Amino acid sequence: METQTAASAPSPSRASVPGPWRMAGRSLAANRSAMTALAALMLVTFACLLAPFYAGDVARTDPFTSNVAGSFMLNGHEVDIMQPNDNPLHLGLSPVGPTWNPSAYMLGADSQGRDVAARLLYGGRNSLLISFSAALVCIAIATLVGVSAGFFGGFVDTALSRLMDIMWAVPVYLFAISLSIVTISQGLKIGPFTIESDNLLIPIFIIALVYVPYAARPIRGRVMALRNAEFVMAARSLGVPQHRILLRDIVPNVSTTLVVLTPLLTALALLAESALSFLSIGVQAPAASWGTIIQDGEGLIYTRPMVAIAPGLAIVIVVLALNILGDGLRDALDVRETSRRGA
Amino acid sequence: MLLKFSQAIGCAVALSATALAPAFADAPAPGAPASPHAGGTLRLAGQGMLGTMDPQVSYLHIAYQVLNVVYDGLTTFSKSPGPLKRQAIPDLAESLPPPEDGGLTYRFHIRHGVYFSNGKELTPDDVAASMRRIFKANSPTAGPYYSHIVGGAACLHDPDHCTLAGGVEPDDQNWTVAFHLTHPDSEFFDRLAFLHAAILPADTSTHDVGNNAAPGTGPYRIVSYDPNTGLRMERNPYFKQWDAEAQPAGYPDAITYTFGMDPEASVTAIENGQYDWMAENAPLDRLGEIGSRYADRVRLIDFLNLYYAALNVNIPPFNDLRVRQAFNYAINRKAMVIHAGGPTVSIPSCQLLPVGSPGFEPSCAYTKGASPDHPAQEWQAPDMERARQLIKEAGVSGQRVGIVSPSVPSYVAMANELRSTLADLGFVVSVRAITQAVQFTYIQNSDNRVQVGLTGWNADYPAASSYLQALLSCGTFIPHSDNSINISGFCDHDVDAIMDRAASVSVTDQKAGDALWAEASRAIMAQAPVVPLNQVRWVTLLSARVHGEIRAPIYEVVFSKFQLR
Repeated sequence: METQTAASAPSPSRASVPGPWRMAGRSLAANRSAMTALAALMLVTFACLLAPFYAGDVARTDPFTSNVAGSFMLNGHEVDIMQPNDNPLHLGLSPVGPTWNPSAYMLGADSQGRDVAARLLYGGRNSLLISFSAALVCIAIATLVGVSAGFFGGFVDTALSRLMDIMWAVPVYLFAISLSIVTISQGLKIGPFTIESDNLLIPIFIIALVYVPYAARPIRGRVMALRNAEFVMAARSLGVPQHRILLRDIVPNVSTTLVVLTPLLTALALLAESALSFLSIGVQAPAASWGTIIQDGEGLIYTRPMVAIAPGLAIVIVVLALNILGDGLRDALDVRETSRRGA
Repeated sequence: MLLKFSQAIGCAVALSATALAPAFADAPAPGAPASPHAGGTLRLAGQGMLGTMDPQVSYLHIAYQVLNVVYDGLTTFSKSPGPLKRQAIPDLAESLPPPEDGGLTYRFHIRHGVYFSNGKELTPDDVAASMRRIFKANSPTAGPYYSHIVGGAACLHDPDHCTLAGGVEPDDQNWTVAFHLTHPDSEFFDRLAFLHAAILPADTSTHDVGNNAAPGTGPYRIVSYDPNTGLRMERNPYFKQWDAEAQPAGYPDAITYTFGMDPEASVTAIENGQYDWMAENAPLDRLGEIGSRYADRVRLIDFLNLYYAALNVNIPPFNDLRVRQAFNYAINRKAMVIHAGGPTVSIPSCQLLPVGSPGFEPSCAYTKGASPDHPAQEWQAPDMERARQLIKEAGVSGQRVGIVSPSVPSYVAMANELRSTLADLGFVVSVRAITQAVQFTYIQNSDNRVQVGLTGWNADYPAASSYLQALLSCGTFIPHSDNSINISGFCDHDVDAIMDRAASVSVTDQKAGDALWAEASRAIMAQAPVVPLNQVRWVTLLSARVHGEIRAPIYEVVFSKFQLR
């Protein structure tokens, strides 16, 4: 009875000190920069999710089909998508520029006569999907590697650490380009499974793989520190099995590191995906990503710079937002920092 | 006293030199035309490399423009501006000899007083040795162009011991060379005008000379060549112009060619006066700029080229005539013209003979309202309805189709247009863009099972055979080979018979021969082994200091005719 009363009545200490996740949440919510970044990210993601609606119901265009010989209606007039240049020799044609009208080539057309705005949204879906998925896969592999190396030590640590060192020694883009060229040209065959060269899983796994050393190292360091922590030593002294220590004591304490790493890795993955797609070894035509759209705009940089600027701006906004959010999360989850602010 | 005398002599010499200097400065360099615009260094820029400097081996179009001012053949094509003259003209030969033995023998009189750049005089023996060298150096056209010289077949079989005995007979007494053929050839003078029949000194190595160019008889000689960085040509000190139409004297004293400049960089460099000419077509995104700002420095150059998609007629789905015809009906050739830079620089193509080539007759079988039996005069619009009907009849909708394109942006844009068209017809389409140098051989090899190969073709000389017979005759399809220019793998013996008849009739009656070539072209398009796309004009930009007419049919530009202010 007394116990029940004690349990039901909130103790003064629990009421005044919330849990670490709640504290982090509050700290993050109070960080205006991080909240602005999160809002920007959500806005971009939401807009990209609406790509089929925009292309089908607003712009009424197929962003994956060449349409250089086509035309569209603007303010009641039929306008050719490719327009003759104004010069005495009548040399060359340029795609229509931005009309700023959402229903009529708002950001203009690319050299294939496709709606840049619609492709930007579709491209964003692929870029965000690849970068976020690659970050999650990378985190999963890095956690496995980092935790194993840090916790077991000895031969396991030496073998995994040297492997990571070797991967680290190869410049990340060179590594990614090499893997991409091999897989993009022929697809990927793993036993009975065949992944076609235009499958998004290929860039996802390549980007995830090349960033594993970058995530595994801090995780290994954190695990090594935790392995010698008093509560882990105490658990060992009490005879708690290793797998239980690993799952109940080590991994939960690494989770803050993982949460902080996720947006930062997503930003890196987005840049890598854009670079690979720009080089034609990432997302394959006719699918789009922000990198492929920049490539489309490369040849139009003098006449229709918007084709390259729009996806470039999108990349800048998302990468900036992810980095600011990552910084905010790191600040929010840093116990000492939070304690100091609380004090 | 002695000092004063020597000073006086020195002053007199100095004064004399000063007085005479302008007179010497105005004198043209040896071999240069007497013009105030002779002299200076012409600076060329290009992205690609030129490959071997062996005129009998090189098969790169870009190298021809360089090598054509260094080497001569017995015949050549006119290097004067104006409309295309299809007939070859004499070059190192005094004249075009009349056929003997019913077209089986030609006896050329060789010009006297022509010297190679090493100072050695041209002799009939050099001509005979050069003909043998075509086989010994494994020239890529030894088989198709020269194997009908008596002894040529044996030379193809055993190049190292090639003698062309009974086929090429030099006569030092009469300064003639006689050629004996196994069968009459209406294009023999054309073939001798092609660069692979360039005349070299008899002692030239029989192996590919690579970077070390052999002496030639043209107005320039190659003094240095690094395939990675550039090339320099200077005047051939022994050159004396014998015929301005065949091999004009050169205006610039020297010509430099820098490699590794991409077209965008080349345009900017020419605008800034750092270079005088660029090898590549001006990039599409710069056409508006150069057309408005430098219209007087832009040159549009016609050449007999053609872009087309080769359909592999031996594997699905294009082993079905209906599918090939459907693709031809569906393709939007207006879009292809737009991709090439618009109607000023491109026209749609409906057949494999470009406009202006011998044997060309307007005929478009695959356009709205036309058919192979009732062709229209020119392309109007795609006929998607007819195309879809044919695909439905063939029952191939949903099949996968792969397009292999060069990774050059203009080609990739065209490949994407083809992809969109095939996707519209219900195929699942992929595009593979690979480096142009690799792509051209890759799509030729039947082992690679390429379904659609996108490419372009520029004939070696202006003859219908160099399009139709070269690209689509049974003899040019070599299975499992990288050197099978009949990319479609098309072989129709009825069409071959028409082409053989056309070649034969052309020996005596060019007009009747042309009519037969036109018939062959229509017969080929009825089978639709290719999708002809478009023909383009080349847009090039010159620096402000270049003037004079630099264009010539076949050669496009002649470097020796660039006059520098």
